[in-house]
Amino acid sequence: MTIQLTHFSAASVFALFASIVFGITHRETTRDMIRYGLYCFAMFLGGALVAGWAMWLVRR
Amino acid sequence: MANQTTAKTKVAEPAQPASMMPVIAPAVGWLIPGSGHIIQKRWIRGALLLISIGTLFVLGLLMQGHIYRANAGDILEMLGFIGNLGGGALYLAALAMGWGTAVVSNAVADYGKMFIIVAGLLNFIAVADAYHIAVGKKP
Repeated sequence: MTIQLTHFSAASVFALFASIVFGITHRETTRDMIRYGLYCFAMFLGGALVAGWAMWLVRR
Repeated sequence: MANQTTAKTKVAEPAQPASMMPVIAPAVGWLIPGSGHIIQKRWIRGALLLISIGTLFVLGLLMQGHIYRANAGDILEMLGFIGNLGGGALYLAALAMGWGTAVVSNAVADYGKMFIIVAGLLNFIAVADAYHIAVGKKP
């Protein structure tokens, strides 16, 4: 059994699970964990989008 | 004289009973991701770590990601092996079952390889966190 993910869905799945682990391990209180996890998720996905558009611009 | 004896006795007594948790929690946490937190009664954190790391590892395998073996060759392969090793029992199971041996050269398989390596590296972070909880550095 194999699965095929698109680039964006793979980046989203990666961002989700990595952010959960970062949030739990890098902060001490529950509130801070959630906030940091959301911040990491936004940075992962935002970074992927920015890098994607930057590559699109470079290609032109 | 009596005071000196009492003072010596007080110094000899340990402040707290020695605990094996700083050794057990990281070891168990490496073997099964999140279990280092679970045995310290951090149920939700442990469950989330198990789900996150386990899912990344399994997705990596399903995407035909490569599993590295112990080797003394290319430096990148050695680093890949160290990353994979962090998966603990997941990595040992993949080795035993012969998963991740197919040579597939496409973008998705490359993502799968990275998913597996990152899952192992995230588990190393979770192990360090379990240790910090065990020694009382983190609530």
